[in-house]
Formats: sequence, C-alpha cells, structure tokens
Amino acid sequence: MMLWIVLAVIGAGLIYTFYLYNRLVRSRNRVEQGESDITIQLRRRYNIIPNLIEAVKGYMKHERETMEAVTEARTVAMKAQKGSDLGASRRAENMLEGALKTLFAVAESYPDLKANQNFLHLQEEVVDAEDKIQAARRLYNSSLREFNDLTQIFPSNVIAGMFKFSSDDYEYFEVDDPTTVADAPKVKF
Amino acid sequence: MERQIARNKRVTVGLTFFILVVFVVFAAIVGLLTGRLFFTSLVLIGGLAYLGLIYWRGTKMVLRLHKARLVSKKDDPTLYRLVENLAIQVGIPRPKIYLIPDPAPNAFATGMSPESAVIGVTTGLREIMDKSELEGVLAHEMGHIINYDVRVSLINFGVVGIFAFIVDMMIWSFWGDRRDNSAAIQFMILLAAIGGLLVVKLVSFWVSRKREYLADTTGSSLTQHPAGLAGALEKIAQAGSNLHRGRQSTAHLFFANPLPKKSIAAGLMGLFSTHPPIEQRIARLRQMTDLGF
Repeated sequence: MMLWIVLAVIGAGLIYTFYLYNRLVRSRNRVEQGESDITIQLRRRYNIIPNLIEAVKGYMKHERETMEAVTEARTVAMKAQKGSDLGASRRAENMLEGALKTLFAVAESYPDLKANQNFLHLQEEVVDAEDKIQAARRLYNSSLREFNDLTQIFPSNVIAGMFKFSSDDYEYFEVDDPTTVADAPKVKF
Repeated sequence: MERQIARNKRVTVGLTFFILVVFVVFAAIVGLLTGRLFFTSLVLIGGLAYLGLIYWRGTKMVLRLHKARLVSKKDDPTLYRLVENLAIQVGIPRPKIYLIPDPAPNAFATGMSPESAVIGVTTGLREIMDKSELEGVLAHEMGHIINYDVRVSLINFGVVGIFAFIVDMMIWSFWGDRRDNSAAIQFMILLAAIGGLLVVKLVSFWVSRKREYLADTTGSSLTQHPAGLAGALEKIAQAGSNLHRGRQSTAHLFFANPLPKKSIAAGLMGLFSTHPPIEQRIARLRQMTDLGF
C-alpha cells in the first residue's frame, strides 16, 4: 500500500518536472524568436537607407560627409549584426542612429528637400522603422523577463539549474525614450 | 502591476467557470425535476450550437452590424502603423483594422484569438484624438485581444442568454401546467431560477467591468504612458460615446459604453453596465501616472 503512494508521489513529481522543463524551453524559444524579430526590424531599416541617400543626394550636394557617415555606419552595423559580439552590434546600431539624426538635422536647412514628397515619405519610413525596432526590443525584454523569472523563482529554478537554463544567457536591451529622428534639433548654417 | 493583471485574469476566469457550472447544474436540476430532461438537453445542445456559431462567424457578424470598413495602410498610415507596432510589441500578427462611420468617439476589438483579431475605431474617435490618445485607445483594445476577453465575454454572455431562455421556457410551462399538486414546488423552482438568472447576470456584468479595468492596465503597460489613455477617456466623457447603432449584444466589445444612459435606472445601470464609470477609469489611470509609472 505504501509502495503505491510512494510511486504516485514520484510519478507526480516527474510529471511536474517535465512540465517545468517544457515551460523553460518554450520561454527560451520566445526569447530567441524575440532576438530574430529585432534582427528583422533592423534589416528593414538597413533596406530603407540606400533609397534615402538617393533621395537627398541631388539636394544636399555639399553634405558628402554627412551622407557618407550614414552609409558607412550602415555597413559597419550590418557587419556587426552578422557577427557574434552583441556589444559591438549594439554600439554600431547607436552609431547608425546618430548618423541618421545628423542627416535629418542637416536636411532641415534645405527647404526644397523638405518639400519633396519622396523624401518626406522616406523620413516617415525611417521613423517608423525605429518605432518598430523599439517595439521588437520591448517584446524581447518582456519575454526575457519571463524567462529570467522562471530561471530564478522556486521551484523552476531547480529544473533550470539541472538543465543549464540561466538568466545569464541573455541581456536586456535598454529601451530609450522616444527621441526619434523627427525631433532632431534644427541646425542653422 | 503584472501581478494585478494576473490576479484579474484568475478571478474573471474563475467566475466564468462559476457561471458555466451554475448553468449546467441548474439545467440538469430543471430537466430532472420537471421531467423534461430531453427538452432541457435539446436546449443545452441548441445553446452550445449557438455559441459555436458566434465563435466561428461572430466577428463577421459584428463588423456587418456596425457597417465597418476595412482600413489599408494607404487609407490611414498613422492608424495603421500604430496598430502594426503594437502588434509587434505583443508578438501577434497584425489585426485587421476597421473604421465605423459614427460621429461618437469609440473603439472596439473582436476575434476569438489573437491570430484572428480585429480592431476598429469610429470616425468620431479618429477625428478628435491626438496621436498619444489614439495610441492609448488602441493599446487598450490590444489588451483585450491578448487577454482573450472576447472569448471570456462570449462564454459569459452566451451562457447568460441560454440561461435566460431556459427560464423563459419555465415561466411558460409553469403557467400552462397547473394540473398537479406540485404547483407550489414548481413555483419555488421558478423563483429560484429567476433568482439564479439575476445572480448570473450580475456576475457576468461584473466580470465585464473587471475586464475593462484590466484592459486599461494592460494598455498602459504597453505604452508606458497611462496619461494618453486617460486623456482619451476625458475627451470621451465630454463628447459622449453613444453610438447611433449601439446594441446590447455588442456593447461589451466597445471601448466606452455605446448605449444611451437610462436616467431613471442610472443607479441600477451601474450594476448592469458592461463598463465601469468613466470617472473611475480616469481616476485609476491618473493615479498610475502619479505613481511615476
């Protein structure tokens, strides 16, 4: 009689362990998907930039440095994104954002350019691309929060330790306040 | 705040089960005592079929009822992008966006699951809200979608509807069937049934109001900006949210109460309302802002 009870308890314990393990796996998969969703949004921005440069080239003939800064920053970011150094990738993205901000700030002094529908449309697209990157980062952060909770809270932390799930596996993104390129300071030449 | 959300979900799911259980037990008792078990089972099955119909076709029915028009990115890029980016943030496919031609500012969300979700706003709302208020409203609706509120309210109000139907049948059969001595017992059962129906109705309206608060909270956590939603509610409190084509059957799907206030029963209306009072919602949101949300 005692034997059955012991077996039942062990059985229940095993089932619960499986359940927790599966939860950890699903949670980690959500984090990984979050990472690739961010990559998708970053790539979207990369794709818009060449069109943007084309659109401003004719108007901003004397701003070669500004335009080249953007193109270069983009190349660096794309390379960093393919690599495995997360810190370098994030720094490269910040550089790209800075270069874009400067580009839009300089564009403020070209009224012909500002009246150009194509340019305005592309500017909106860039702003939207950054909003989307923010959104993807927020989703990643909240998925990561849930994963970290699971790896740290009892009793799932026991299972997490056993199967090597750790809250050190991933880093949060810092999601800044929405100071988008649209709010770039006006530069007077 | 996440704990608040989790608790709210548990309570409302629990109550929905309560309503379902009460309903089934009650139907069984009625069937057995009145000796009309077969008939009661028929009604039960019919009711489930009705719920199934709503589950599969409900969204299309609601959209047609309110004359909603599909919105494309070209039609309204601002609205489109706001919905799209909120969907990215919660990790669901972008819901279809609809516009309801109505001057009263209001919004709604339907869809049995996040994958089949639909969001709509009235032309009135689109006109008077600024971007942050519009975002607040859309985030609130997104909250409904990811909290599966449409499904919860379907079960709630669907079951209440079937329950009411059974009670109706009982009233009919009581007045017709005076033959035997158990008339007194039948009357008691009838009273109990009506009482039960009242309780279940009150519970389901309470659940609906709780879910509205929950959507406010979820929406605020998405935008990190409760003031936007509060501002939208304040504008609606001014302008009034009564739809020209408002219906009780779809009232719970809307952002603010779409039905005209009946002044006599205004007090009672509180208990039978699908939405909490606007002033309360604004107060809670403003409190979140003050807490340095």
